Amino acid sequence: MSTDYQYAPEPALVKGDHSFGSITDLIAKTPLSPTPKLWYLAFGLANILMITLLGAIGYLVWDGTGIWGLNNPAGWGWAIINFVWWVGIGHAGTLISAILFLFRQGWRTAINRFAEAMTIFAVMCAGIFPAIHVGRIWVIYWVFPIPNQMAAWPNFSSPLLWDVFAVSTYFTVSLLFWYVGLIPDFATLRDKAKSKIAKISYGIASLGWTGSFRNWWNYEKAYMILAGLATPLVLSVHTIVSFDFAVSVIPGWHSTIFPPYFVAGAIYSGFAMVLTLMLIARKIYGLEDIMNIDIMEKMNLVMMITGNLVAFAYLMEGFIAWYSGYIYEQGIFWLYVVGPYAWGFWILMFCNVVTPQFLWFKKIRRNVAITFVISIIVNIGMWFERFMISVASLSTDFMPSAWDYYSPTFWDIITYIGTFGLFFTFFLLFLRFLPMVAIAEVKGVMPQADPHNYDEETNEFDIEKTKPVVVQQEQTV
Amino acid sequence: MAQIFPRWANEVPQRILLGLIIFATATVAGVWYYFSPEYTDVGYAPEQPIEYSHKLHAGELDIDCQYCHTNVFDSKFANVPPTETCMNCHNQVDGSQNPEEVQKIRDSWESGESIEWVRVHNLPDYAYFNHAAHVNVGVGCESCHGRVDRMEVVRQVEPLSMSWCLDCHRNPEQNVRPVEEVTTMGYEPEKDQIEMGRELVAKHNIAPPTYCQSCHY
Repeated sequence: MSTDYQYAPEPALVKGDHSFGSITDLIAKTPLSPTPKLWYLAFGLANILMITLLGAIGYLVWDGTGIWGLNNPAGWGWAIINFVWWVGIGHAGTLISAILFLFRQGWRTAINRFAEAMTIFAVMCAGIFPAIHVGRIWVIYWVFPIPNQMAAWPNFSSPLLWDVFAVSTYFTVSLLFWYVGLIPDFATLRDKAKSKIAKISYGIASLGWTGSFRNWWNYEKAYMILAGLATPLVLSVHTIVSFDFAVSVIPGWHSTIFPPYFVAGAIYSGFAMVLTLMLIARKIYGLEDIMNIDIMEKMNLVMMITGNLVAFAYLMEGFIAWYSGYIYEQGIFWLYVVGPYAWGFWILMFCNVVTPQFLWFKKIRRNVAITFVISIIVNIGMWFERFMISVASLSTDFMPSAWDYYSPTFWDIITYIGTFGLFFTFFLLFLRFLPMVAIAEVKGVMPQADPHNYDEETNEFDIEKTKPVVVQQEQTV
Repeated sequence: MAQIFPRWANEVPQRILLGLIIFATATVAGVWYYFSPEYTDVGYAPEQPIEYSHKLHAGELDIDCQYCHTNVFDSKFANVPPTETCMNCHNQVDGSQNPEEVQKIRDSWESGESIEWVRVHNLPDYAYFNHAAHVNVGVGCESCHGRVDRMEVVRQVEPLSMSWCLDCHRNPEQNVRPVEEVTTMGYEPEKDQIEMGRELVAKHNIAPPTYCQSCHY
């Protein structure tokens, strides 16, 4: 039995006939050209929403958490849902930048800068909610172990405190990682910039980068170390977020499946958000050669896997409710399915269990329009997942006499909508002023970065084949 | 290509770092020192409507605290005496040193208008404090209020911060004394304070609460 196996090379990660120089020009074009009118329009809209958010927060601080729809059994409402939702979205960035880096996945370079920016802004949006939900925001510093005249000290056995450390560590490491990756690109922009202000701004940001061998050596080491540090954080942050629920004894929360299930859900929603943003941005900024269909398909595969993991977790919740023989667990599961929030449950089932099944088909995975719709549906589904966990479990707890239906108020809704203003304000600034693709890194996965200077037929050294390397010198001025 | 930055720019990062370290240290030290009640509250000695001297009355004349502050063993609130209490003596005593101050008391007596004494020891509204609970188990007046018998004008001597409360709530044996010695100023225990304190803690079944709701509810 003999079969001829043919070597099938991986398809090129960067499409089109690009040289190093044309990649630099393509990406550096946006930050260095004048601001388009459409950008001002989008930025203005985002600003209005952000001011709405600030207003809603101001009124909350003034009047207290009573302006929200919280009631006696449901002491956690939209604030926690939105926190978990945004933190979840913030998971794709570090997964793409750290874990895929350590696994040498070259395709990450098309989207890593983009996803990391999204991560940082999403975590900022997330961080608002636990901060404002405490009510007395002026004593928020009590969550940190600062010696004080009250002899008050954080409760280290509370998962809510672990959350403070998990999220702030995640934010810091993500920010550092993002910044370290940006340094060589800042230098590129500095060298290409014409205006004095741009030269000075990018010059300061590039920290005196010269492109020397020592610069690159330090850069690679720093990047590797940060990737190593960030990798456990991808898993730890949402694990600890899930502990907020799982460590308590509410049926529907007290479950050991929560950490892996939350992490899978976070990656699922994070990739969906990256796709939503990427599919718009690549069109507007003409980056289809870099953020191409192959990249989109790989992201869809990640979504398919994590989506099915999440669907499996839902199935297991039902199974364990039955298998445990614990009536409250069974009760809460039935209340999910047919109870007062059944509408939420079935939206969730459609968005998170049915939708990822479409991704089994290659045609759909490679279809931009359908992927865009799916990516939005996924994030709606992930929002409803957190809604069901937070609200449905709390409002129908142990004692039916205490049950109460939770509805959000106007302030809940505009606070949530307002966070999109914050997110897009920062994201638009990022798109406008920073290189949205890692210029230096994406060059590393192009064929020119891996020159084969030997003739494949004769195995002789071929001086002609060394030519593309000359192009590589062009970027370091 | 022309240089964008002058040569001294090379040293800027180190200087910023050094500056940040100094600034952060100064902030921490500054908050630690200047923001604590030990700095902000200790020494608070408001001007009173009458130049009443505790040093004279409680010190030289050796009047017991309870002669004026009558409710301390019974009430959560340690009362300030009414004009009538002053008049017990001052209908006879003119006060040779300060007759015009004594006249103010007599004016108050005549007119029936209270003297508006200014409260010195203020706890926040969200902190519940009960005087009776403390003095009845042997927390001396001077433990919290200091040597009032030596004060011309009463001033706050302890920070009254939460950690200051907890210092004693966690180690009551270091501060308790026999109940009959509560109002004594300058009390010296006959034997070792800790040894006596432990006996008193056992005797009065003192178990000071340290959970939040004991004082905040």
